[in-house]
Amino acid sequence: MTTAKTINLTLKVWRQKGPKDKGKFETYQAKAIPTDMSFLEMLDVVNEQLTLEGKEPIAFDHDCREGICGMCGTVVNGRAHGPEKGTTLCQLHMRRFSDGDTIAIEPWRAMAFKVVKDLVVDRSAFDKLIQAGGYVSVNAGGAQDANSLPISQEFAEKSMDAAACIGCGACVASCPNASAMLFVGAKVSQLALLPQGRPEAAQRALSMVRKMDELGFGNCTNERECEAECPKEISISNIARLNREFLKAGLFSSVK
Amino acid sequence: MNWFVNTLGTSIGKKLMMAFTGLCFCGFLVVHLAGNLTLYGGKDFFNGYVAHLHSYGPLINVAELILLTLAIIHVLTGTFLFFGNLSARPKRYAVNKSAGGRTIGSATMPYTGFLMLIFIIFHLFNFHFADHATQTVFDIVSNAFAAGGYVTIYIISMVIVAIHVSHGFWSAFQTLGANHPKYMPLIQGLGTAFSLIVGIGFGFIPIYVFTA
Ligand code: HEM
Ligand code: SF4
Ligand code: FES
Repeated sequence: MTTAKTINLTLKVWRQKGPKDKGKFETYQAKAIPTDMSFLEMLDVVNEQLTLEGKEPIAFDHDCREGICGMCGTVVNGRAHGPEKGTTLCQLHMRRFSDGDTIAIEPWRAMAFKVVKDLVVDRSAFDKLIQAGGYVSVNAGGAQDANSLPISQEFAEKSMDAAACIGCGACVASCPNASAMLFVGAKVSQLALLPQGRPEAAQRALSMVRKMDELGFGNCTNERECEAECPKEISISNIARLNREFLKAGLFSSVK
Repeated sequence: MNWFVNTLGTSIGKKLMMAFTGLCFCGFLVVHLAGNLTLYGGKDFFNGYVAHLHSYGPLINVAELILLTLAIIHVLTGTFLFFGNLSARPKRYAVNKSAGGRTIGSATMPYTGFLMLIFIIFHLFNFHFADHATQTVFDIVSNAFAAGGYVTIYIISMVIVAIHVSHGFWSAFQTLGANHPKYMPLIQGLGTAFSLIVGIGFGFIPIYVFTA
């Protein structure tokens, strides 16, 4: 086995003791970081060093570390989940950086996502959005006979593409307006495209959009930064579908 | 009618109003540009067009009232959205970097919009509220564009309009839900073409009058 290439980095990390603390950037040196490491492993190394020095380690969210759970995520040099396209922060490798780089690490910033500690933000606003309508009420029961409910390949694919959303919040974080339209668009689309989701489609669109406004998310101005940053590359055509579903529900359905 | 107000009062509802009024303005720009191009036909041709337009009488007043209403909706809603978006991110990032989504047009909508508002007021005082009793509209236009300062202001303003519609046009379709894999590239192309036509079409008129 060949020894991996290593790099030295300067980190400027947002440190904030709690939701009420003002918070500030602290500078740390990350020395001899193997380029094969993931970004989170690099933070682990820094945290071990901080612990040995008797300092408080940097708090950051993570769970699966393979890009499927949606827990990780910080803004790295101004980019949500870092500079790599279509990946979560846990999938970002240190080979993406060069020796001597300075890396600024900030939490997701949005009115609706309050900082809990350091890089950890409270994303329960997303849970509230799902509770507002991101479900199908009727118990689907056991598996149906194949072909008893014909669904075209095209619709199934589009629905699956929307369902790839892992609820990480990068869309909100990268949106210049801190809008949650890509997330809500993905959730509404995923259900609106399948027959099981249709009966409640109007109510869902109205409730989720009203909840989104109430939670303090911004207004979409079609900047497309969300689509460019989303680790699952969810398309803004889902936002257009949300707009359609909302328009239909608000003006042409009997649901109030 | 509560349901109507409730629908338009949401973030998407406000966006729908922006899209609808914005597209109406795009329509207005087409008609306005077509009319203004008669300037290239010379003094009599242009004054003839103006006389023809004014012969519609009350219809013109109705059109003006509709435009004014649309403008008030567009500007007020845009202002609400702008301040709403500022408060949606109370703490800004220390480092900002685009992932490649935004364009000059999309990133500057509220600012180009505000500059256009100032320009529109200036423009109305220049031409609309000018003395129409002792001079023809052609005289008003050629007197105004005899001054280099006016020519410069108008050219800069037309560049600003072009930047605003370069994003506004396709964005309005997306807001109305008209994002279709077959038609979206066409709509985006049309938006770019439209902003160029508007910018160049209007922008060359002051230069033409100045040099004529
Ligand atoms: C001839 C005049 C104008 C035209 C043709 C026009 C056109 C448009 C269009 C098509 C949109 C896109 C709507 C959407 O994204 O759904 C838009 C958005 C916008 N306009 Fe205008 N506009 C004009 C004047 C103004 C003025 C005078 C202001 C402001 C004071 C303004 C402020 C805005 C803002 C802030 C937006 C962004 C709203 C958003 O994307 O959410 N516009 N405009
Ligand atoms: S739409 Fe993309 S960026 Fe937004 S929460 Fe889902 S996976 Fe994350
Ligand atoms: S830790 Fe699960 S997606 Fe990154």
